[in-house]
Amino acid sequence: MKYSALGLVRNAFSHNKNWKEAWRSPEPKKEYDVIIVGGGGHGLATAYYLAREHRLTNVAVLEKGWIGGGNTGRNTTIVRSNYLWTEASLLYEKSMQLWEGLSQDLNYNVMFSQRGVYNLGHTLQDMRDIERRVNANRLNGIDAEVVTAKQIKKDIPLINTSPDARYPILGASLQPRAGVARHDAVAWGFARAADQLGIDIIEQCEVTGINRNGNAVTGVETTRGTIIARKIGVVVAGNASVVASMADLRLPIESHPLQAYVSEPLKPVLDTVVMSNAVHGYISQSDKGELVIGAGIDAYNGYGQRGSFPTIEHAMQAILELFPVFSRVRMLRMWGGIVDVCPDACPIISKTPVDGLYFNCGWGTGGFKATPGSGWVFAHTIAEDRPHELNAPFNLQRFETGALIDEHGAAAVAH
Amino acid sequence: MLLINCPWCGERAETEFSYGGEAGITRPADPDQLSDAEWADYLFMRSNPRGAHKELWNHAQGCRRWFGVERDTVTYRMSRSYLLGDGAKD
Repeated sequence: MKYSALGLVRNAFSHNKNWKEAWRSPEPKKEYDVIIVGGGGHGLATAYYLAREHRLTNVAVLEKGWIGGGNTGRNTTIVRSNYLWTEASLLYEKSMQLWEGLSQDLNYNVMFSQRGVYNLGHTLQDMRDIERRVNANRLNGIDAEVVTAKQIKKDIPLINTSPDARYPILGASLQPRAGVARHDAVAWGFARAADQLGIDIIEQCEVTGINRNGNAVTGVETTRGTIIARKIGVVVAGNASVVASMADLRLPIESHPLQAYVSEPLKPVLDTVVMSNAVHGYISQSDKGELVIGAGIDAYNGYGQRGSFPTIEHAMQAILELFPVFSRVRMLRMWGGIVDVCPDACPIISKTPVDGLYFNCGWGTGGFKATPGSGWVFAHTIAEDRPHELNAPFNLQRFETGALIDEHGAAAVAH
Repeated sequence: MLLINCPWCGERAETEFSYGGEAGITRPADPDQLSDAEWADYLFMRSNPRGAHKELWNHAQGCRRWFGVERDTVTYRMSRSYLLGDGAKD
């Protein structure tokens, strides 16, 4: 069923009782051509592009929880592509271009709002890095500009640009095409669109083992029985190392809790996204009026989807440094997700030493913005059994060859 | 807030400590003899388990000494702290 204005009217007349489920809940089949492990945004996008771009529809997405319950529904919804290195910026820019047509593609409003993202500079070195990154972005065809503190104050009246601040704001980079998207809608939209192309989305189905014959995968063991497949794509974020160990693989990844926070709803006060690397916090305002705030990861490895109090305090300090006026705003909720942090702060989208086993992981704290692009290149990697040129540099071998893509700190905000 | 047991100073708040990652990774005695894969394994690959984890902590704002902790990465419960180096069991 296609969503349309006419459909809204028709369903209003029947008291909205006749809406169909957005996706089916089928029993798992015995065998699929491709199994995607992990029903987050990246996994669902992979399945969608497998069907749409590569005509592979005998595909299952296995999700241990429910759709939208993991990191896809736990992030701070920021979308941008202003990365420093060419490899990274081209990958994120591909994603940005897909975002720009995503609501139409999926026939689902993902509420993508290109309200701009400011990355603040607080020191002379920050400003030099910002100028370098803006130049690099422009050379790669990505919109970016350097803005002065005066311009920032004009665009964002509530921000404190006083030179007397402890960490005074000297300027910023601005990516006008960047912004936010409604994160649950992204999961639901991809799930519905993939389902309509014939893909089975199987929730409450946890993978407990990867079956192999020699060096090739033959399927997976799950809490709902054995499922056969010759190709398995794993996109499980924080649990990447756990699933990798099922195939005796070791990954250069450590899992950390990352927290996010929302305040009580306020009237519109902030119509853009503000990020600061130096004080390390980022903030935007949701359409419901809540301030959406994020900051750094908890330092220690963790799989519990909650974070520590000192990290909360740090995030609030960072936001109040930028916006002292928010000091009396009450916070409403906080939660944690488990992010898979890679040594060079770039993802691994790669074949593995095991035939038919593909991994997409290591997105760390910055995966949401890449959701469509990640699915697009991962679908190509699985379908063709070789990487697309956009994700070829993001292979697992780079940790042996030394061809790392060091986006730590370079990527506008530290991951 | 984690309460971390420093073997020298006793239980202190998490904010006094800094984290050092997985314990028990020893620098290879003769790096020239390693293959690229073995060197990558030493430098980058981590076990990152879901459950029991042996890890390093430094009492950065106390005695400034390193020690090992066994912690569950799901419940975050720290079962024991231990000394590193010569004479230590781990």
